[in-house]
Amino acid sequence: MNIPKETLMRMYLEMVTIRLYEETMAEAYQEGKYPVFNIASGPVPGEMHLAAGQEPVAVGVCMHLKKEDAVVGTHRPHHFAIAKGVDLKRMTAEIFGKVTGLGRGKGGHMHLFDPDVHFSCSGIVGASIPQAVGAALAFKMRKEKRVAVAFFGDGAANQGTFHEGLNLAAIWKLPVVFVCEDNSWAISVPKEKSTAISQNADRAVAYGIPGVYVGENDVLAVYEAAGEAIERARQGGGPTIIEVKTDRFFGHFQGDPEVYRPKDEVQRLKQNDPIKRFRKYLIENDIATENELKQLDDEARKRVEEAFLFARESPYPAPEEALLHVFVE
Amino acid sequence: MSAITSRKLTMAKAIAEAISLEMERDPRVFVMGEDVGVYGGIFGATAGLYEKFGPERVIDTPISEAGFIGAALGAAMEGMRPIVELMFVDFFGVAMDQIYNHIAKNTYFSGGNIRVPLVLMTAVGGGYNDAGQHSQCLWGTFAHLPGLKVVVPSTPYDAKGLMISAIRDDNPVIYMFHKGLLGLGWMTLIKDSTGPVPEEPYTIPFGKAEVKREGKDVSIISVAMGVYQALEAAKELEKEGISVEVLDLRTLVPLDREAIINTVKKTHRVLVVDEDYLSYGMSGEVAATVVEHAFDYLEAPVKRLAVPDVPIPYSRPLEQFVLPSSSKIVNAVKELLRS
Repeated sequence: MNIPKETLMRMYLEMVTIRLYEETMAEAYQEGKYPVFNIASGPVPGEMHLAAGQEPVAVGVCMHLKKEDAVVGTHRPHHFAIAKGVDLKRMTAEIFGKVTGLGRGKGGHMHLFDPDVHFSCSGIVGASIPQAVGAALAFKMRKEKRVAVAFFGDGAANQGTFHEGLNLAAIWKLPVVFVCEDNSWAISVPKEKSTAISQNADRAVAYGIPGVYVGENDVLAVYEAAGEAIERARQGGGPTIIEVKTDRFFGHFQGDPEVYRPKDEVQRLKQNDPIKRFRKYLIENDIATENELKQLDDEARKRVEEAFLFARESPYPAPEEALLHVFVE
Repeated sequence: MSAITSRKLTMAKAIAEAISLEMERDPRVFVMGEDVGVYGGIFGATAGLYEKFGPERVIDTPISEAGFIGAALGAAMEGMRPIVELMFVDFFGVAMDQIYNHIAKNTYFSGGNIRVPLVLMTAVGGGYNDAGQHSQCLWGTFAHLPGLKVVVPSTPYDAKGLMISAIRDDNPVIYMFHKGLLGLGWMTLIKDSTGPVPEEPYTIPFGKAEVKREGKDVSIISVAMGVYQALEAAKELEKEGISVEVLDLRTLVPLDREAIINTVKKTHRVLVVDEDYLSYGMSGEVAATVVEHAFDYLEAPVKRLAVPDVPIPYSRPLEQFVLPSSSKIVNAVKELLRS
């Protein structure tokens, strides 16, 4: 694979931005929740699902997408949103519940909508799949060379929407790519206890579409598989399912006691940190210097800091705004 | 509201005509659902569309309601204006997550940045011994959920105008047609349910109830089949010197509370007739509106005639026992006047 340096550097920047974003969010989430953990306390209340460790999936796929392509994400949406180019300041403000947020504080972390870059997500497992199918249907009906991507976890592949959505996309030959993040856990239930076969990509056979399993949490491997699938979709070749073995560094949600997970699992996963490996790859192959990567680290830090500052300094919506936007006028 | 035309249509034909006119006018409009294409819709609401617009815009789907209703949302969010048919409203359960967690909420969660211009049309109503998985109305269920507009036409004229309004609305609309009012050959024909419909497109605004009959002694408030039963009862009661006003709400969301208050101010007695379940539904909402805004005008407590909180049974005597009817309305009105 011959990938231009500029693309590789952007991949690195996006992955580092996501990692810093999630780590910063984890800290912000803890504020006001110590020593007594109350989910409703602090500047970032509610549930919080972070995606540190899962950066390769979002970045490897979204690097191929254009602004006008659609992405529907999950309850763990930050990495997809960042990779798709969602406005970081307004996204962070939304998570802080501020009026400057994407949804003026009405949606929060699981309900991020940015129509400028055609991004949406949902707090319901499996909900993304038919909605991406619908976006792809719209593109096909209008003869636009646009692609839709549905992200979902391995837990969602046992929902009815997965099977209905894949079948619809296959019979209508829609420009949609289904990307399953296999992080091995559906909250606390391991994949081998929830899923009849080891790879959801094999379920492609049932719908007569290509299925690809990317067995390593590696941005270049994802980039390669996604590039082929997205190009096929864009050229009218129909849908593909890609499943990526990826790693969840945090709990299912912040505050998750993780009693189900072997104590050393996260430490072990972090030995295989996809960002550290990619950094090493860039240096060992003389693609980038330490200094160049340091500059990207700094740029990522600046983006994240500015976004959080914007969120913290923004005002809350007036309480009576709760009555607005049930319908568009 | 009655237009000057001699052409009469069934409600099914009026709906199909409305969709056809909008599909001609707006290339973003398309239809999707089970048997909506070649078959023309199990209830005829899409008859003739497939022949006219082809399989690209009149799409037969697999039996995958969560899939294609979710896909309608995805297409609507990307600028299309889908009309999606849920064959019987009773089947909503398998797709309810897409309907109430997504279709109803995405606009709100986005702070008004996302538009969801889709119409979910669906068949409601019983009275033909199909039992409780094919006979419910459930408009109260959908009207209860913020973010969905709920339309329940009673005449072909209203059906056409309200459908065109629904398609042009930038919000999700649940459009419920009563099987007994569609003019289907295989249902008991309701006299007067076939009515005049102008050929040209026209809209009827949501949230505007219609007084179907003026009266001074008692008001009957209803939708769909209940409107016909109320009108029939009104004729009976007239013979006994009782003057009945009949108000057809036409849309439950938005609800024309002003029309409800106005009719109470006029007659001082209210009967709500609802083919949906009694508790936590339309009849309760109307009664609450009256109590909150026109209590001082009441000369008797509000009376409700609705399905008494049991699933719709199959057997004829059982079903007739739970559904409203004109004779039950006559009795209820007399009780109301005695109180």
